Amino acid sequence: MTAQLISLFATETFEVPANIAFSIIAIFMVIAAIRVVTTDNVVHAALWLMVVLGGVGLNFLLLQAEFLAMTQFLIYLGAIIVLFLFGVMLTRAPLGRSDNLDNKQRPIGIVVGLLVLGLVSYAVIKTFGSDKLDFSAYDGSQAVAGNNRTQALSDAIFSQYLIPFEVISVLLLAALIGAIVIARRD
Amino acid sequence: MLLNQFLLLAAILFSIGVYGVIVRKNGVLVLMSVELMLNAVNINLVAFSTYHGLGGQVFALFVIAVAAAEVGVGLAIVLLIYRNRRSVDIDQLDELKG
Repeated sequence: MTAQLISLFATETFEVPANIAFSIIAIFMVIAAIRVVTTDNVVHAALWLMVVLGGVGLNFLLLQAEFLAMTQFLIYLGAIIVLFLFGVMLTRAPLGRSDNLDNKQRPIGIVVGLLVLGLVSYAVIKTFGSDKLDFSAYDGSQAVAGNNRTQALSDAIFSQYLIPFEVISVLLLAALIGAIVIARRD
Repeated sequence: MLLNQFLLLAAILFSIGVYGVIVRKNGVLVLMSVELMLNAVNINLVAFSTYHGLGGQVFALFVIAVAAAEVGVGLAIVLLIYRNRRSVDIDQLDELKG
């Protein structure tokens, strides 16, 4: 009985709900992303951007990258959206509808966007065809310690990628000081 | 799940971001479009990390940190533009045009 249950919940049956979840999330994300670049209200654009960023976090969960998903929710939904709303407020952007947010380059924008989409889609479909995700690399040599992926990720950051990590810290500090220096009233 | 479904979703998001950068006139909205593109790249990195180990996730974290720095500096610059010109219309910043 238990063996049957275990086989029922094996990876094969996980495919269908994961695909359904992905489809719903993807549809919401694409609609929200289009609204970000077409809406005529700056605050609504920030709120639609929140939907897209949350969808990216859910995609990370589907890809079994839990730590990154939590980081995405905390940093993007918590901090960066608030930063954008502060930017909207401080630049006295029109809070209601405004028909002065787009320039006259819409046709060329559509052409360039579709060109990029067509080129990347062609390359991706031609190269990867119908490759399936297998998640085997997660459980390879790096993830043996208790099969804990967050632990494996921290091991990777603080051993193999230690120097890039330190460089990123210095970059973040420099950027924050630079932002203060630029925006300070003197 | 296929690898391609994530890559195609990322391609769509990236193209929408490109469109936004070209079409939008307000500086804050251009930065939002750049965020769309950065997030598309993050989806790609994490999707590929299922094949090549955790390096993709580490670099996705780095991209998140760089995006935070970029938004901070970018909004500071937009704020300075607003303070000097009473507008964030980036199409009017054409003093370098010959």
